Amino acid sequence: MGTRGYLAGKILQAFLTLVFVLCFNFFLFRVMPGDPAALLLRGTSAFNPENVEQVREDLGLNESLPKQFLIYMADTAQLNFGESFFLRGKPVNEVVADKIWPTVLLVGTSTIASIVLGLFIGIWGGWRRGTVADYGSLTFTLFVYAMPEFWFGILVLMAFGGGVGPFPSIFPTGGYETPGADLTGFAHAADVLNHMVMPFFVLTVAYLGEYAIIMRNSLTDVMADDFVTTARAKGVREKQVLWRHVVPNALLPTWTLTMLSLGFVFGGAITIEYVFSWPGLGWLTVQAIEAKDFALLQALFLIFSAAVIIANLIADITYMYLDPRVRAA
Amino acid sequence: MRPGTIGPPAEAPTPPPDEDVRVPHEVLLSPRRIVWARRKRAFQRTARTYRKSTMGMIGLAILVFFILVAVFAPLIADRTTMDPTSPTTGDAYEPPSAEFWFGTDNLGRSIYTMTVFGSRISLTVGLAATLISMSIGALIGIFAGYYGGWLETGLMRVTDWFLVLPWLALAIVLASLLGRSLSIIILVIGITSWPGTARIVRAQALSVKTRPYVERSRALGASNWHLISHHILPNVGPLIFANTILTVAIAILSETTLSFLGLGDPLAVSWGTILEFAFSSGAATTGKWWWLLPPGLAIVFVVLAFTMVGFALDEILNPKLRER
Repeated sequence: MGTRGYLAGKILQAFLTLVFVLCFNFFLFRVMPGDPAALLLRGTSAFNPENVEQVREDLGLNESLPKQFLIYMADTAQLNFGESFFLRGKPVNEVVADKIWPTVLLVGTSTIASIVLGLFIGIWGGWRRGTVADYGSLTFTLFVYAMPEFWFGILVLMAFGGGVGPFPSIFPTGGYETPGADLTGFAHAADVLNHMVMPFFVLTVAYLGEYAIIMRNSLTDVMADDFVTTARAKGVREKQVLWRHVVPNALLPTWTLTMLSLGFVFGGAITIEYVFSWPGLGWLTVQAIEAKDFALLQALFLIFSAAVIIANLIADITYMYLDPRVRAA
Repeated sequence: MRPGTIGPPAEAPTPPPDEDVRVPHEVLLSPRRIVWARRKRAFQRTARTYRKSTMGMIGLAILVFFILVAVFAPLIADRTTMDPTSPTTGDAYEPPSAEFWFGTDNLGRSIYTMTVFGSRISLTVGLAATLISMSIGALIGIFAGYYGGWLETGLMRVTDWFLVLPWLALAIVLASLLGRSLSIIILVIGITSWPGTARIVRAQALSVKTRPYVERSRALGASNWHLISHHILPNVGPLIFANTILTVAIAILSETTLSFLGLGDPLAVSWGTILEFAFSSGAATTGKWWWLLPPGLAIVFVVLAFTMVGFALDEILNPKLRER
């Protein structure tokens, strides 16, 4: 069992988890009370006996359960998720493909910002454990952690989008770009950036609390270790003790938790995208809920789950490079 | 934000040092008495340590305040002021005044009354969902940790699978499939939030299992049921309790999010539902701050309180953290 064995084990594990999610997704929509075909159409204008029979045919619901499962797996492997009802029969994979980029852009950048800021606040507070600085940063992070992110989003939207009282309206109240402006190149990028300021800020602040708390706990754990005392005893300067000895060791457990939560931010942006009408996967999810578009929801659930599994795998692989003990084992 | 991703790592806590078992002479009557006397002393010791925690005491004070509000809601707010058909409601979108402390919404309902009564729904959902989540998590954790072998492998695999399912997406799918009612919201949050607890409990059960007194009890012929209910559970209990408090915070946030997405019970107005009404009526872009602040601040303070109490208890009851 060396590096290669560890890697193979982790990849196999991720693969098994993906298979579990696929099975779960299949049974979730079939074990539920009622006819899945009727369920898929429920509440939509397409709900009539003829369409239900058509969907039954498409989903292969007239076949036996094992056969249905094979059809489902084959369809999923070809990224065929059926048709979206609320978008009038547009294939689900096309609908989803259009929305991935805005979500990756918004969630990706704000996650990086919140991790960097959160870890820094955690280090800053944990190193000064028990001082006013520590209590101050702890209170701030706990407050941010306790806040429903969408509520903070609405308040920011009200203050800087709509404008209230002393706050001027600075930023556009939602969307990805100015509709109808038809900008290109640099002007278009600036326009998107202008629309992104508020949701980016809200997501960054909403998530940094979690990272800061994890980092602070990990840091105070490591600070109690003997090698820190040794480092001080041999005359290492305080700054060096922190950045050379404490932080690298405290980052290890934090790294796993950070990567784990990274997979969840995909789903976590659902409410923020909704508040700021950001045309990504999150807002699409809210629209799918409202329209009771289960074909779409099923595909989105699969994407969100796959994101977590991939993030976990990356965490495990990078951990191998960060922690020499894993390589040696 | 979900259990297991925050707070201390759950792996292999070291057993606490042997406790001082001197018990006053007169209570040495039966083993049961000795046990209860020792538990009482342990509880008092915990309470003493807890009182020294500023964070814990502030959290507890906020919590007591909100529980009192929820219990005495009919005494401090007039229920009819949130019934749109009643003459006691005001005009639409009234800013805060002496009559309506937090103003009124689009139907003239008192936002103060809705926030006060909303505390009942939010707290009920939080506590009930946590009860479900804790039962599943504790059961799976104890069984996996105690029995070991293939049962442990199987149970922990399932736990890991549930840990990677994006809970919000799963909760959304379940709630949309099953319909909008309070009991379904509770069930959905309960069955999506247990894996973190299961892992923490398993780690602790593993360490308790190997202690000499458990072995001694087994040598004396104690059944598995006796060992689990009399030795493992009481030792894992405190940790489950600390975790429970933290889970309530997460459950309340989950309820708020689901209600905000329009999946809440339309008849049970929670803080999340008020925010949903407000947002879908355009309160944000028209600057109706009095509609958004009260329910939002209530959520923040309740979640903050549960988190603070949970962290303070964790510092005392989690053997891994106690050494710091």
